[in-house]
Amino acid sequence: MTTKLLTALLLGTSILGSAGLAHAEDVTLNIESWRGDDLAIWKDKLIPAFEAKNPGIKVVFAPSAPTEYDAALGAKLAAGSAGDLITCRPFDKSLELYKKGNLADLSALPGMENFSPVAKSAWQTDDGKASFCVPMASVIHGFIYNKDAFDKLGIKVPTTRDEFFAALDKIKADGTYIPMAMGTKDLWEAATMGYQNIGPNYWKGEDGRQALIKGTQKLTDKDWVAPYEELAKWKPYLGDGFEAQTYPDSQNLFTLGRAAIYPAGSWEIGLFNTQAQFKMGAFPPPVEKAGDTCYISDHTDIGMGLNAASKHADAAKTFLSWVASPDFATIYANALPGFFSLNSSPVKMADPLAQEFVSWRGKCKSTIRSTYQILSRGTPNLENETWVESANVINGTDTPEAAAKKLQTGLDSWYKPAK
Amino acid sequence: MAADIRPKRPFRWHIAIFLAPAVLVYTAIMILPLAGTLQLSLFRNIEQHQVFVGLDNFRTLFGDPNWSVNFWNALRNNVWFFIIHMLVQNPIGVMLAALLSSPRLRFAAFYRTAIFVPTILSFVIVGFAWKLILSPLWGVAPHMLDLIGLKSLFTPWLGKEEYALTALSLISVWQFVGIPMMLIYAALLSIPDEVIEAAECDGITGMSQFWKIKLPLILPSIGIISILTFVGNFNAFDLIYTAQGALAGPNYSTDILGTFLYRAFFGFQLQVGDPNMGAAIATMMFLIILGGVCVYLFLVQTRLRRYQF
Repeated sequence: MTTKLLTALLLGTSILGSAGLAHAEDVTLNIESWRGDDLAIWKDKLIPAFEAKNPGIKVVFAPSAPTEYDAALGAKLAAGSAGDLITCRPFDKSLELYKKGNLADLSALPGMENFSPVAKSAWQTDDGKASFCVPMASVIHGFIYNKDAFDKLGIKVPTTRDEFFAALDKIKADGTYIPMAMGTKDLWEAATMGYQNIGPNYWKGEDGRQALIKGTQKLTDKDWVAPYEELAKWKPYLGDGFEAQTYPDSQNLFTLGRAAIYPAGSWEIGLFNTQAQFKMGAFPPPVEKAGDTCYISDHTDIGMGLNAASKHADAAKTFLSWVASPDFATIYANALPGFFSLNSSPVKMADPLAQEFVSWRGKCKSTIRSTYQILSRGTPNLENETWVESANVINGTDTPEAAAKKLQTGLDSWYKPAK
Repeated sequence: MAADIRPKRPFRWHIAIFLAPAVLVYTAIMILPLAGTLQLSLFRNIEQHQVFVGLDNFRTLFGDPNWSVNFWNALRNNVWFFIIHMLVQNPIGVMLAALLSSPRLRFAAFYRTAIFVPTILSFVIVGFAWKLILSPLWGVAPHMLDLIGLKSLFTPWLGKEEYALTALSLISVWQFVGIPMMLIYAALLSIPDEVIEAAECDGITGMSQFWKIKLPLILPSIGIISILTFVGNFNAFDLIYTAQGALAGPNYSTDILGTFLYRAFFGFQLQVGDPNMGAAIATMMFLIILGGVCVYLFLVQTRLRRYQF
């Protein structure tokens, strides 16, 4: 009796199973990513939104750990088992994949016209002819401030450098707050939140960055040394023992309300919103005189490309076109405040702090971090050296001129700009 | 006649069989990787192919200022790291062992355990705990100095170029002082009572007993500890990495051979790893350690006098 029932059941399942198979002519696309943190957003918001519009295409988001991503992806690509869609790291790591033939050329993909050249620069060949990833998000640098502290001390949001330093002096004189929360222990804070934050105003954003790559400007030029001179002036406004203050220390100092200004990247917004008990605001890096054109670092951080060996290239392209659309941008930017869509069409965001950051795109010119494209390919590595020298300048170990000279000498030793 | 034919001695298979597991395991996990590293250091990746370049990587390492400055800096720092251990860790270890072996000490077992515990802690815990202790913002160190009115003595040690390496060496000493203590303690316990009694009959007691009788008897142990410290220090990496990061800041002042190797081999941030240059550095570390051990084995150990009881 039981045997019969079991057989019947097994038969039943086999029929149902094959029925399911016959039905499943749906294409399934797999996404490779290192953003495990975003799993819920993909599963609950992005993928359902796409599948509702494109019946017949199923999407699976399959992230691996950030530290293992590059190695694991390389192995999977070599073995031919990698997903159809590949989340792209900016610059050289993805360029290498494209050169090896692992990423398909997407220059002609519908939707790519929604992105500015700066947005695409992170996933292009050096000559800019081929694009191989759809830009997804960028992070913007600026300063986040404690609104309550500013109100209490009667400080207006600074727009020029003089106002900025006057505000810092006022906070310091009052003594309730540490004027600026930044440390030099982890080195990268000084370079990323310091040098790359205030620098674009001096070297005029893209103009300076491109000139550096072309070799018509040098790091020892006035425009590139000046941000170091300003950084050196920050020293007295940092907290006691900033030399041993780490990045989490700085974050905590600010969110506990002990510091008034935090040189920031927009990726902090999510964390700060949950931790800070006071009102926050943000301002872009101050310019020299009121009315000067302002420049911001709007750094491309994450994109998505197509595995050249994908069996479902057409479906994958449909998905990528959707990633390039304003629909995707709206969902993504709202789910992850601080990671801004690179789409040219403006995106409505609910978070006021994120809105403030992204509003600068309208009035300032965007650029990316100066050291990321091409210039960090050799030894010594310009990005790493910039970390060390930026910390040295703030610590007072090196003068701005000496730091710039070291960086340029290191760069000259391997980089020969195309003439 | 039969006596003339000497029975042929059978091949002693059991020796080979008993040695085999150790030889196989040691070859697989020590000798092969070592040979692989040496081989890797003689190649270079040119257009996605490994090309044999002889000693070119070493020429780059010593001839190209971009590499050599970092290498000599790392070596210098490493020597300082070793000197601190020899001057602080080992004398303190010997002293603690001498105190522990004193029969009149109470709670000896407790002290022994307490001092040995840090040794079994993970580097990550040690690095993180000390970073917190010495933190200028939330650390106990500035607070405690403040309580006794010596706040002015506090500086952010881990962030200052001139102190960071010494501070880290002392943290490492704190962690590992238990090892020389244990080894010396064992050596002191193995000194026969007759020797001590004979010394006492001759009127040698107290401090002079330690200097004239016990110390010469534990010299071989001190030699072993020195060489262990040497090997350990020149292979060190973890503590610097957890406390200061791979760039070994500030301004490379805590960069030792281990962190230098890590950056070269695996790369860091935008710097792409170069396994061949990494292997060249690893080979230099191997040669330095080999040289040190040889000096010890041939020059020091052969002259140490041993006492048989």
